Amino acid sequence: MSDKAPAATRKPIRVGLFATCLVDLIRPRIGFASAKLLEDAGCAVEVPLQTCCGQPAFNSGDRKTARELAAQAIEAFEQYDYTVLPSGSCAGQVIVHYPELFEGNAAWEPRAKALAAKTFELTVFLNDVLKVTPSARFDGAVTYHDSCSGLRELGIKAQPRKLLANVEGLNLVEMKDPDVCCGFGGTFCVKYPDVSNKIVEKKTANIAASGAGTLLAGDLGCLMNMAGKLSREGKEIRVRHIAEVLAGMTGEPAIGEPER
Amino acid sequence: MKSREAIFANIRKSLRTGGEDGKRRETVAARIEKHPRGIIPARGQKADRERLEVFRQTVEDAKASIVILGNKDDVPAAVAAYLRSKNLPQSVRHGEDERLSLIPWAKERTLEVTKGASDGAQLASVSYSFAAVAESGTLVMLSGADNPTTLNFLPDHHLVVVDEKDIAGDYESVWDRIRERLGANKMPRVVNWITGPSRSGDIEQTHLLGAHGPRSLHVLVVRSS
Amino acid sequence: MTQTVNSPHFKENARKALDDVFLQQALARSEKGFIERRKAAVEKLPEYDALRDSARDLKDHILAHLDLYLEVYEKNVIASGGHVHWATTAEEANEIILGICQRLNAKTVAKGKSMISEETGLNAYLKKHGIRPIETDLGEYIIQLRGETPSHLIAPALHVTKEQIEADFRRAHTGLPPERNLDEPTSLLAEARAMLREKFLAADVGITGANFLIAETGSSVIVTNEGNGDLTQTLAKAHIVISSIEKVVPTREDAATFLRLLARTASGLDLSVYTTFSTGARRAGDPDGPLEYHVVLLDNGRSNMLGGKFQDMLRCIRCGACMNHCPVFHAVGGHAYGWVYPGPMGAVLTPSLVGVEKGGQLPNASTFCGRCEEVCPVRIPLPKLMRNWREREFELHLQPAAARYGLGLWAAFARRPAIYRATTSLAMKFLRLFGGKGRFRALPLAGGWTRHRDFPAPQGETFQSLWRKRSQKR
Repeated sequence: MSDKAPAATRKPIRVGLFATCLVDLIRPRIGFASAKLLEDAGCAVEVPLQTCCGQPAFNSGDRKTARELAAQAIEAFEQYDYTVLPSGSCAGQVIVHYPELFEGNAAWEPRAKALAAKTFELTVFLNDVLKVTPSARFDGAVTYHDSCSGLRELGIKAQPRKLLANVEGLNLVEMKDPDVCCGFGGTFCVKYPDVSNKIVEKKTANIAASGAGTLLAGDLGCLMNMAGKLSREGKEIRVRHIAEVLAGMTGEPAIGEPER
Repeated sequence: MKSREAIFANIRKSLRTGGEDGKRRETVAARIEKHPRGIIPARGQKADRERLEVFRQTVEDAKASIVILGNKDDVPAAVAAYLRSKNLPQSVRHGEDERLSLIPWAKERTLEVTKGASDGAQLASVSYSFAAVAESGTLVMLSGADNPTTLNFLPDHHLVVVDEKDIAGDYESVWDRIRERLGANKMPRVVNWITGPSRSGDIEQTHLLGAHGPRSLHVLVVRSS
Repeated sequence: MTQTVNSPHFKENARKALDDVFLQQALARSEKGFIERRKAAVEKLPEYDALRDSARDLKDHILAHLDLYLEVYEKNVIASGGHVHWATTAEEANEIILGICQRLNAKTVAKGKSMISEETGLNAYLKKHGIRPIETDLGEYIIQLRGETPSHLIAPALHVTKEQIEADFRRAHTGLPPERNLDEPTSLLAEARAMLREKFLAADVGITGANFLIAETGSSVIVTNEGNGDLTQTLAKAHIVISSIEKVVPTREDAATFLRLLARTASGLDLSVYTTFSTGARRAGDPDGPLEYHVVLLDNGRSNMLGGKFQDMLRCIRCGACMNHCPVFHAVGGHAYGWVYPGPMGAVLTPSLVGVEKGGQLPNASTFCGRCEEVCPVRIPLPKLMRNWREREFELHLQPAAARYGLGLWAAFARRPAIYRATTSLAMKFLRLFGGKGRFRALPLAGGWTRHRDFPAPQGETFQSLWRKRSQKR
């Protein structure tokens, strides 16, 4: 653990972990990896009763549902010092869009803004807020995909790379166009499967061309999309959330691999 | 006129305003009258000789060629040399600009010089530019008998003389000079900003020179003493 | 609306585009160039981002005073000897232009590039009335020979390969000896130049669009790299400008601000080769230039966009950067969008101008990756505006029932956290039973996903239930 971690004598920072619905349902180990990283940094992690941040409703034009789910999340998470999400896209929903959803609403706008101000995507929280550098070991070459919302709504680009640079044995090789969309786009990938497929095909070609054996990113949606395509194409590249590597939890099956 | 009124009425309805709102009118009149400058890139904002160097660079970046001459008397030889370098006949056409008439063309005995607009039959033309802009390597040409617009576009090769003192840092300075010459809100029929020779990227996005306008643009800067 | 709206068929159009080998070749070839050229130009200009902010603010100011700037513009066009015509609809604009052409006994019309004339379907209209329109922008000329519409704002023939152009030229240019070599882009360009030079000299009327209209002086501004717009307007008896109303800018200084952004963002040049400010007709003593100068100002639904949720779209200066950076455009090209304007800007503008009932597919066909907004020179929040359209569609119940039902069901659970936790916990255990290989190659109700991709199987239990177990153990 880094020497910059808060001293044990101080009251620990209370962090509400918003796992996101995909992590909750599909890949809990990303939640545990996130919790481990936060706890190792001296935070007290809590997981309040939670569902979805509301982004699918928001992006489908259902503002009413989006608002209801936002209010629900605000109520669940505003009690903590910080809210942390292992997803740039869901973090963007809370940080950028919750205040927008309640614009002009005297009761909720201040609450939405207050929550937004203390909400962070996991790698940003570790790198920029806690300023810790988790130590882990991973032997091999990895390539990192910048998920769109995290990159463009929250400016996440340097943080994951800085954290990965500290992982012993890890060699980060950049793919061509790491900042170009993978074609997931939430409901887009099922509404326009053919177009989405064309986009992810370019992505998996770039991933494969990088020569890395492992693909990392900070958003499970994008990871499932790319993992699903790599597996359909028979490309032997393992796919993981960055938290799994940072937390040293790479002994477990990668995304799309059978559980042991 | 029915459509005109309908459009104005609908704009005002959408903007939730009446046309007679005095404050709005004042704002608009003031902007037109004061024509405030926007952000001007530092690139062209240099003192004389340095500005000429920026201009030389931006002209070349725009794929035009440029020579810097000591004085006006050097123009005929430079024109003749350029035509030779392009394997062109020693013949150019230019307009009525007095500055062009004062050039001692006779010094180049084989150079044929004709006057007037272009009908598309000429291979090379010479114009005298009103101004130039260092920021982007741009020549500013005004229409009229002095420098007919057709000479800018129809010949295959366009040679343009620029006085060093007329090279501005930015477009805004040139607008002010046009205001000085013609009056507050006046323009000649056409102002052509020319930045490099004609080109097209429409065939497979490959940039090729010489689409409809001149295939080559040659700038002759006459130094101010 | 004169040009047919094929946007409701975006999905089928996209499928066709994905199967079109030539198109896919053309798209793959052009993708990098636009992006790299813009990037290099922007990096060379430290003031670029500050210019974007000021251009955004300036456009907002203009739109808030649009009626008044149009009044000043009109007054100054008339003062400089030009004529202004107002058209609320596409049909009206076409009629006005036809009227001018007929009065001048025009047989052929040379045209510079104009997206507004695509919006009005001007070429087809003129042809129907016995007047021959000739597109002079090389890209526009190529697609006119092919009987197509532009697939990109500034690169209308983006979708065509050079072999296809050669075939088109051989078909259309009947005096062309078969032994003439047209293998190279340069020889194709030379052939087009020679062919079009004759057309310029023969045209009775020249029609161009306008990138900007300057209120202060009554000038129209066009930018081209070829010089075709200049030959079009200089050599004909009359110059007709067709423009939409939101193109007006207050002063020459303001035009300079936009011009500093336009070419850099569009094609990576500091400026387009020819930036032309036209004010009125030939003056006394002028040896060249048109004898008449007309401006046709088209509304076509734009005044309805002011003051509302889509006003920001009227800031657009038609640089094409949004589509140049769009993964969906890169996959399917411009024609799939089914109307005049493709890419992200088209996805917002099309429903604004033709109605959400017809244009509603387009704002849905976006991954919301946000790259369009990132490169927009006037900072139009394109994803947000697309989302606004999705909201409008949702309110009007225009989305497919299945999507609506699926989302509604999900929302019903998501709004009840305790039930959600219990139900999902069971559901994931159940799903896990079938996902022994770690992934599904097919999954009921998820055909959209599994047609092209495997679906990674869930771990088995939900995070929330596992976390509770862990907490209880402690």
